[in-house]
Amino acid sequence: MAEPTDLENLRRGTDLVKRGFARMQQGGVIMDVVTREQARIAEDIGAVAVMALEAVPADIRKRGGVARMPDPANVEGIIDEVSIPAMGKSRIGHRKEAEILEALGVDMIDESEVLTPADDRYHIDKREFTAPFVCGARNLQEALRRIDEGAAMIRTKGEAGTGDVNQAVHHQRNIKGAIRQLTGMKHEEREKWAREHEAPAHLVHETAEMGRLPVVNFAAGGIATPADAALMMYHGCDGIFVGSGVFGAEDPERMGTAIVDAVNDWDDPEALAQVAGAAGSGMSGESNASLPEEEQLQDRGV
Amino acid sequence: MRVAVVGVQGDAAEHVAAVERAAASYGHSVEATAVRNAGVVPDCDAVALPGGESTTISRLLHRRDIAPELVAHVEAGKPLFATCAGLIVAARDARDDRVETLDVLDVAVDRNAFGRQRDSFESRLDVAGLDDPFPAVFIRAPAVADVGPDVEVLATVDGQPVAVREGPVVGLAFHPELTDDSRLHDVALFDPLTGG
Repeated sequence: MAEPTDLENLRRGTDLVKRGFARMQQGGVIMDVVTREQARIAEDIGAVAVMALEAVPADIRKRGGVARMPDPANVEGIIDEVSIPAMGKSRIGHRKEAEILEALGVDMIDESEVLTPADDRYHIDKREFTAPFVCGARNLQEALRRIDEGAAMIRTKGEAGTGDVNQAVHHQRNIKGAIRQLTGMKHEEREKWAREHEAPAHLVHETAEMGRLPVVNFAAGGIATPADAALMMYHGCDGIFVGSGVFGAEDPERMGTAIVDAVNDWDDPEALAQVAGAAGSGMSGESNASLPEEEQLQDRGV
Repeated sequence: MRVAVVGVQGDAAEHVAAVERAAASYGHSVEATAVRNAGVVPDCDAVALPGGESTTISRLLHRRDIAPELVAHVEAGKPLFATCAGLIVAARDARDDRVETLDVLDVAVDRNAFGRQRDSFESRLDVAGLDDPFPAVFIRAPAVADVGPDVEVLATVDGQPVAVREGPVVGLAFHPELTDDSRLHDVALFDPLTGG
């Protein structure tokens, strides 16, 4: 046997370790939960991770007021309840909420526009954390700014709590379309694109050369049915966040199981038909088109 | 040769790329495919079982009828390369009834043996049979807790086995697919098939 490695020479919180964690979530469904019981159900129906928050987005919308990080005692309870990763949401720019979540031991922090932003100009400097971060983006330049700040995962910024997938599709098309465009550009054209879109040039080049974002790219916001999840996989997402879609459905266990299956069967219409038929009714939802601008969450933190 | 990368959940894309990279650097002609349905594994010469979430992967392998195909694959003496969550799923015992293991590798494993994500780490790791240390990435990694009589321990961290081999099965607690180093792919997949 080889010489044993001891725990002295280990490097924690590196980009490779943080982005690597995000890569392990691929092909998975990350479900919003507000209680331990919901976390247990989410794990049992095949969620790859749970996201702790104080209320699901649909309820945050209804309730109004300031939405903050979840209660630490509740986060601890959720962490204890499941063996899969537990994530937690912090407000945009709220470094202290993020530090509290990291100290509690959450496996990933979502710096999320679903909560009320704490800083209207700056995001958290995520490179200083050992915990990996996921951030929302409406387009490629926003995604690359977040990656430059240290985000290890990007998700679309679809209108959370509406049950309307249209904005998530819009954002994913923006990101993929811009990458296709960059791939065909010469070096100086990419440099100009970076300047015009306020995007870090080194990440513009890296993305163009890879033909994809350098971190995994999930769908989030308004995904309410197995067909919605399959649609986002068709648009090239690496996995799915479901907020109000599972626990706002008529039968959360059936809906959650069906969404997990749909992520595997997104390219098989016959299997998908069976999966969709087993889901039960989805959350009621509210069309994006009917939302006044001040109620849209996606314009927070760009 | 055909290599199936189990792709029900986890970093299958990275594994496919790593298998192709390894094949190119060792001069083998390999077709690597991510597999989400039953019916593909029986036609493959070797299988990689990637990282991801072991609870989710084990549930989906059974729900999608891929589990018995993997057991038959190992019983036929064909190589299986199981990394991180794959190691947990391949084990005899995951010491957690949320994971229904395949029992194709005679070890018990402790899930998240090194802690949560904040404790995840990179390290240069000495591995038996390799001349130089291997760049190992451990992410919410398991460790082998109990080793059967026919299992060879290839590497340890802090006294706990993190790389093991039993017949055609190689199990790692870390992620060789996240780095450019192909040596363990060669050990696990190509050596057994080419008699290397």
